[in-house]
Amino acid sequence: MDLDQRLNVTKIDTGAVSENSLSRRTFLKVSAAAGGGLLLSFILPRTILSRETADATTVEVFAPNAFIRIGRDGWVTLIMPYVEMGQGTYTSIPMLIAEELEVDLTQVTLEAAPPNERHYANSIFQIQATGGSTSVRAAWEPLRLAGATARMMLVSAAAQNWKVDPTACHAEKGEVIHATSGRRLKYGALVDTVAMLPIPDRVVLKAPENFTLIGTSAKRLDTPDKVNGKAQFSIDVMIPGMKIATVAACPVFGGKLVGVDDSNAKRIKGVHQVVLLDNAVAVIADHMWAAKQGLAALDIQWDEGPNATLSSAEIIRQLETALLKPGVIARKDGDVAKAMAGAAMRIEALYQMPFLAHATMEPLSCTVHVRKNGCDVWVGSQVLARAQATAAEVTGLPLEKILVHNQLLGGGFGRRLEVDFITQAVQIAKQVDGPVKVVWTREEDIQHDIYRPYYCDRMVAGLDKSGMPVAWSHRSAGSSIYARWHPPAFKDGLDPDVLEGAAEPPPPYALPNMLVEYVRQEPPGIPTGFWRGVGPTHNVFVVESFIDELAAAAKKDPVEYRRALLGTSPRAKAVLELAAEKAGWGQPLPEGRGRGVSVQFVFGSYVAQVAEVQVDKNGEVRVTRVVCAVDCGVVVNPDTVKAQMEGGIMFGLAAALFSEITVKNGRVEQSNFNDYRMLRMNEAPAIEVYLVKSGEAPGGIGEPGTSALAPALTNAIFAATGTRIRKLPVNRVELRSAKL
Amino acid sequence: MFTLNINGKDCEANVPEDMPLLWVLRDVLGMTGTKFGCGIAQCGVCTVHVDGQPIRSCVMPVVAVRGKKIMTIEAVGQTPTGANVQKAWLDLEVVQCGYCQSGQIMCAVALLAATPQPNDADIDAAMAGTICRCGTYTRIRAAIKRAAQPLK
Repeated sequence: MDLDQRLNVTKIDTGAVSENSLSRRTFLKVSAAAGGGLLLSFILPRTILSRETADATTVEVFAPNAFIRIGRDGWVTLIMPYVEMGQGTYTSIPMLIAEELEVDLTQVTLEAAPPNERHYANSIFQIQATGGSTSVRAAWEPLRLAGATARMMLVSAAAQNWKVDPTACHAEKGEVIHATSGRRLKYGALVDTVAMLPIPDRVVLKAPENFTLIGTSAKRLDTPDKVNGKAQFSIDVMIPGMKIATVAACPVFGGKLVGVDDSNAKRIKGVHQVVLLDNAVAVIADHMWAAKQGLAALDIQWDEGPNATLSSAEIIRQLETALLKPGVIARKDGDVAKAMAGAAMRIEALYQMPFLAHATMEPLSCTVHVRKNGCDVWVGSQVLARAQATAAEVTGLPLEKILVHNQLLGGGFGRRLEVDFITQAVQIAKQVDGPVKVVWTREEDIQHDIYRPYYCDRMVAGLDKSGMPVAWSHRSAGSSIYARWHPPAFKDGLDPDVLEGAAEPPPPYALPNMLVEYVRQEPPGIPTGFWRGVGPTHNVFVVESFIDELAAAAKKDPVEYRRALLGTSPRAKAVLELAAEKAGWGQPLPEGRGRGVSVQFVFGSYVAQVAEVQVDKNGEVRVTRVVCAVDCGVVVNPDTVKAQMEGGIMFGLAAALFSEITVKNGRVEQSNFNDYRMLRMNEAPAIEVYLVKSGEAPGGIGEPGTSALAPALTNAIFAATGTRIRKLPVNRVELRSAKL
Repeated sequence: MFTLNINGKDCEANVPEDMPLLWVLRDVLGMTGTKFGCGIAQCGVCTVHVDGQPIRSCVMPVVAVRGKKIMTIEAVGQTPTGANVQKAWLDLEVVQCGYCQSGQIMCAVALLAATPQPNDADIDAAMAGTICRCGTYTRIRAAIKRAAQPLK
C-alpha cells in the first residue's frame, strides 16, 4: 500500500505541551498499515550530524525514516534506522515508545530499517548513521511524541466507540480502559478506527515522575540469541549457492595491483576464481580455508606508489612542523597574550597520540549478489544509506535496485561508519557469478583500517601567584575526519569533532583568557576515521593531563584544583565530587600506587573518573580500580549506561596501555592480536559506575567512558611514579628508567 | 571424507584433513555460532569443546578431532552447566555486541566443569585467552561466580 495515499498530515505543535520544553515542530503522519492495523510515519533526526545541522523536521518534503506499526494483534513494531552494535539501542529506543504508548516492552519488536524503500530515499544524501553517541539523544523527543500521539488516538477511538468523554478513559498495558464502567478494549481492536482519525492538535507527554519504564534497567531484547549462537552477524550470512572470498589489498597505502600469477592458487581444492581489482586481489572459494590458502599461494606484483617509503617518523615530523604554525582560531576568550605576560608562572607541554585501529571482534565482511537487474547486499553497517549508494555506484544500477539487508554488528566503534569494505565487496561480486561473501582476515583488518588520527598538541598556560590559570593556550595539529567523511561539516578550517572538549564545548573549567587553535595536517597515504570517543579521546587526554600538570606546578591536590575551577559548572563539579568520594580520594596508598582523576563534558554528558594504578619496578602498569561518575541527563536504561561506561573504560584502557599503529615503508607494522595487543580478563580493573539523578535532556553514553579514561590513567601513573606521560601509549621503558 | 561427532550427532564432511575445525563448522556445516576472530589462536572467540576440553578451533586441524566428541555453542545450553552459564550471562546482562560471547561461554563452561568453585585466579587463567572488545570482563567474572553458586 502506498504510504502517501490517504495520509493524515498534521503539524504537532509540541511547543505548547505542558511540562515539556519541546521547541521543535515535528511532522508525523498516521495511516492504515498494509495488511491492516495502524502505521505512524515520522522523522528521526539523522544522528551523527544532529549537533551541527538544521533540524531534519524543518525540511519541506516529508521524508519519514521511522515507522511504528500497531497490528490488529496488538503487536507494536518499530522500524528505525539506528543499528545495534552492542550499545543497547535495540532496547533503549523501544523503551521510549513503550513508555508513552503504555505497552509492555516485550510487546514491541524491532525491525532494522533497510534503506531500499522509497521512503528512505530522501535520506541518501543526508547521513543515515548510527554513531557519535547520539541515538537516544536524537530519538528522545520524536519517539516519545510518536508513542504519545498513538496512545491519545487509541484512547479517542475507544471513547468514540463507547460514546464517552476521552478524558474519562486511560491507556494501560496495551488496552484502553474506561474506569467508571470497567470497559476495556485492546489496542489491536482499535487500530483500524485510529487510522481514520485526525491527529490531535495537542500531544501531552508523560511527566518524568510518571515514567514506569524509562529509568528502569529493562532487560535487553537482543541478548538471548547472543548466548546460544543463534544471533546472525554479517559474517554469518549464508545464501544458497554462496561462495566465500578473502582479499588482500596492496600492503602500501595508495599502491596498485600490477599483476598476479595465480597458477598455484588455482590448483588448491575449493578455489574457483581469482578476482583482480585496481588495488587488491580476491580469491573466490568454497570456504574460507581454501580462500586463505589460495591467497597465500598467489604471486602478486604491486606498484607500491608514492607512499612506498612512508614511515611514522615522517608523519610525526610533519605534524610537529605543522604545530609550529598558527592555526585556525576555534575559540578566543579574553586576551591570552596579555594575561600570559602578566602571569607569575608559565607552563608548557607537548602531547602526542598515536594512530589506532578499531579491531572490532567481528572481522569485516560483506555478502553481495550482483545480477543484471539488481543487487543484494548483506552487511552490518552504521551507514546503511551509504552502503546502498556505493553499491549503486559500483554496479551502475539505480538505487531502488539495491537491497541492503542489515545484520547485527560485531562491534562498530566507528569502523562501520565507513563503506570501503562494502565498495570493495561489490567490486568483487560484480565479477562473480552468484552470491559471494567477502571476509577480511584479521591481518587485513588491522593493516587496512581507517585509523584514529595521530595528533600533536601544544599547551601553554600562565598561572597567577596562587597557582591558578590566568591564560590557557591550546594548539592542536592533526587530521580532520569530517573533511573527508562529510565535507560540508568542515567549514572555515574547522569541524565539529576535532576540537570537541577543547574548544566547543570547551573544557568545563573557568579559564578567563583562552585561545584554541587547529592546524589541519593530513598524514600522507593513511586514511583516518572516527574511532570510539573520536575527537574527545584526543582532546580530553590533552586537557586533563595539562590541568593535572598545572595542579602539580601549583603544588595543589588535583581534585581540589579542579573543584576550584568548576564554580560555573555545577554538573561537572558534582560528578567530580562523587567520583572522588567513592574512590576514597586522599586516603593513603602503598608505595608504587597512585590515583588519577579526569573530568569532562563531551557528547552532552558529564563524566569524572578516578583510576587507581600500581606500577612495578619493571614499569608494568596494572590498573586495579576505576571509579566513574556520570551525569548523562535523564537515564533511559541505567544498566545500559553502566555497561557502556564499563566497556568504554576497557576500550580506553586497552588503547592507552597498549595500542599504537606504526608505519614503515608505507605498510602498517602490526597485523593481528599478537602485535596489536588487546586488554584481557587478567588485566581488567574492577569498575564502579555511579549515576547522577538528573532531569536534563539525555546525553550520549557510548563514547564518554573511553575519552575520560586515558588522562585518569596517566595522572594516576604520575601520582604513583612522578613520571608524566605525554605520549600514548604508555611507555613501560620510560617508567622503568624513571624508577631507577 | 570425515565423520565428526558434533553435539552428539555424526556429520560427514568432505574436506582436506588440515582444514581447521572452525571453517568446517562455519562454512561447510553452516554452524555459525562459533566465530572467527584472528585465525592464530590469539582471541578465543572460536572456542569449542573437544572431549570436554576448550580448544581454539581456528588452528585445530579437522583430522585431529576425528573420533572425538565436539561440542559447540549451539548445544552447550543442553548441559546443566551450560544452561546455568547462559542464564547467569542474561541475568547480569553481560552481553554487548555479542560476537565474542560464544567463545567466552564455552571457556566459562569448561572452567566450571573442571573447577566448580573458581577463584579470581582460576577465572583469569581460564578466560584470559578470550578477548572481548566491548569490555564485558567485569560482568563475565561476576557471571561465572554466579553460575558457580549451587543451584537452589
